[in-house]
Amino acid sequence: MSGFPESTAYRAWGRVERVRHRVIRPGDPLAARAALARRGGLRVLAHGLGRSYGDSCLNPDGLLILTRGLDRLLAFDPLTGLLRCEAGISLGELLVTICGRPAPGGGIWYLPVTPGTRFVTVGGAIANDVHGKNHGIAGSFGRHVAALELLRGDGTRASCSPDQNRELFAATVGGLGLTGLILEATLRLVRVEGLLLEVEDLRLDDLEGFYRAAEDSAAWTYTVAWVDCLARGRGLGRGIFSRARHQPGGSVPPPTAPRLGVPLAPPVSPLNRLTLRAFNALLWRRLGPRGRRRRLLPAHDFLFPLDAIANWNLLYGPRGFRQYQCVVPEAGAPAAVRRLLETIAAAGEGSLLAVLKTLGAPTSPGLLSFPMAGTTLALDFPERGRDTLELLARLDRIVLEAGGRLYPAKDGRMPADVFRAGFPGWERFAGLVDPAFSSGFWQRVGPASGRPVARAA
Amino acid sequence: MTARTVAIFGATSAIAEQVARLLAARGARLLLVARDPERLERIAADLRLRGAGLVDVQVADLDDPAGLAPLLAVLEARLGPPDLALVAFGTLGDQATIARDPDATRRTLATNFLSPACLLTALAGRMEAAGRGTLAVVTSVAGDRGRASNYVYGAAKGGLSTFLEGLRHRLAPSGVTVLDIRPGLVDTPMTAGLRKGGPLWATPERVARDIERAIRARRSVLYTPWFWRWIMLAVRALPEPLFHRLRF
Repeated sequence: MSGFPESTAYRAWGRVERVRHRVIRPGDPLAARAALARRGGLRVLAHGLGRSYGDSCLNPDGLLILTRGLDRLLAFDPLTGLLRCEAGISLGELLVTICGRPAPGGGIWYLPVTPGTRFVTVGGAIANDVHGKNHGIAGSFGRHVAALELLRGDGTRASCSPDQNRELFAATVGGLGLTGLILEATLRLVRVEGLLLEVEDLRLDDLEGFYRAAEDSAAWTYTVAWVDCLARGRGLGRGIFSRARHQPGGSVPPPTAPRLGVPLAPPVSPLNRLTLRAFNALLWRRLGPRGRRRRLLPAHDFLFPLDAIANWNLLYGPRGFRQYQCVVPEAGAPAAVRRLLETIAAAGEGSLLAVLKTLGAPTSPGLLSFPMAGTTLALDFPERGRDTLELLARLDRIVLEAGGRLYPAKDGRMPADVFRAGFPGWERFAGLVDPAFSSGFWQRVGPASGRPVARAA
Repeated sequence: MTARTVAIFGATSAIAEQVARLLAARGARLLLVARDPERLERIAADLRLRGAGLVDVQVADLDDPAGLAPLLAVLEARLGPPDLALVAFGTLGDQATIARDPDATRRTLATNFLSPACLLTALAGRMEAAGRGTLAVVTSVAGDRGRASNYVYGAAKGGLSTFLEGLRHRLAPSGVTVLDIRPGLVDTPMTAGLRKGGPLWATPERVARDIERAIRARRSVLYTPWFWRWIMLAVRALPEPLFHRLRF
């Protein structure tokens, strides 16, 4: 149909599914509009760098608009730090081209919010309303979006901001690309001292240690903890707490993925129970007898741990992996996190990266924004079919009972009821979804879930 | 050689834009020439923010022979003699149409051969007089052997390669470098109608890095990515009876 070539090359980061798409890579906004005009019966979805883990960046049998050709810087005001750019540019490219420029009154301009990888597009960061290790101070990415330009399915453009087209703005921030194609965004950069970070690592003996360290870190911009999710009993929640703040000096990160990479998926994943147990135990002991270490690091080394090894997702082998990230509200968080960790440890399902963070008070601007004040836990599980899905369903119950929710950017499986319970604004959101747009995720959890999906030929 | 002065013809092409970004990051002064003013302005804004010393734009239809002299006068006035001219415009066209329609055949040959050849003639004279400069021209691996799937485009590009070979021969004593850039399959809007993916497809970023390096190294012919040199060597070596049984 409509002369769009077919491809099965576009996958999500978890690599569990391989689906067929029609694809188009417009080189400018007019070409994007032309593509929408000739979509015929195809439903459309923007696809940037494919760092979403599940099916929120996939659109089975639909049209993917690949946004990487829309990657131009349009305007930057070095006095205010306001940056206007096309939405297909990556955060890594912003770091190389704009961040690091001097700000008036000293210091430099920097990204206000940095997710665990810099290889995401600005559009993707908005559509998933991503957060970083500085959530307590900065809130989510969407809070720093001054305005955005949305291309709707009918070819019209809508300028959205917290003051203009407010409903559509709230639906688009965290809206998983379902309200239209984000063409441009205006971001508010922040002033920081420099591109180096003073980093302190603390050994955590248990979960209480995590909450004590979190409370004790008000003077630090970034905080994050890695936990050994195979530890049980008294060692439950043991791990390493890291906190960091900017220091003068340093340089911008390299523009492209690191040289160290995984060339192709090994037939059998090297990540299994035994290797994970050994790895986790080793990591925990790394801090030495004092259990504390201070270092000066390039900011990107600390902020983008996922970028140290290119294509690390291939390590999980041909079946791929599932990421699970939930947040539970502050009040019952310690108890809920304990139950989650107990359930995972009992299942013996290891996770290479189990990350625990506190999310702070700043509210998120999107109807479907994930962050809320509380504790978030993120884990990777190698895909093992039913065993994995059953474990995740048990975790779902704990999260919902605690009044929490799951992160759509990481998800490829949450049932519609889990989604709806976690995001009470979902019905208002559904009313603002552009009828020309859809995704695998939305077909699963949106109003059409449970009904047979009408697919274009 | 930093802060070079560069004129780019067909500056809205995906490959040209990526080369321009690499040059901008080194502080180059750029004059961008293309047909579409809106796209030109967008690209110019981007290149300014990426560090270009200066970015100027000029709207022109490079297929219009009458426009050539005024265009070069503008170039002279605004930029002076360029250190580098990158000629990157072209159209792939729809082979099924071109194969039946003489007028489409003429247009394809004009845009991909006649127009760049005339432009290069004018630029070459100026560089020869100045005794320095580089002409970098995007041709194609399609010019290496005529094939059913794109032989009119291929003929134009192959003709342009021969033209460049001769131009290089002529300019060798003057110190002017002529680079013939032969990309393989590149994922750009020009190839939007083709089915993509697989190891043969390259990104315009990758191709641009090769081009920028080849310009600095003053190379004569660049296959990009590198493996196309060997693929085309094999394609050229296929005996006709076998070649005719293949469809590509």
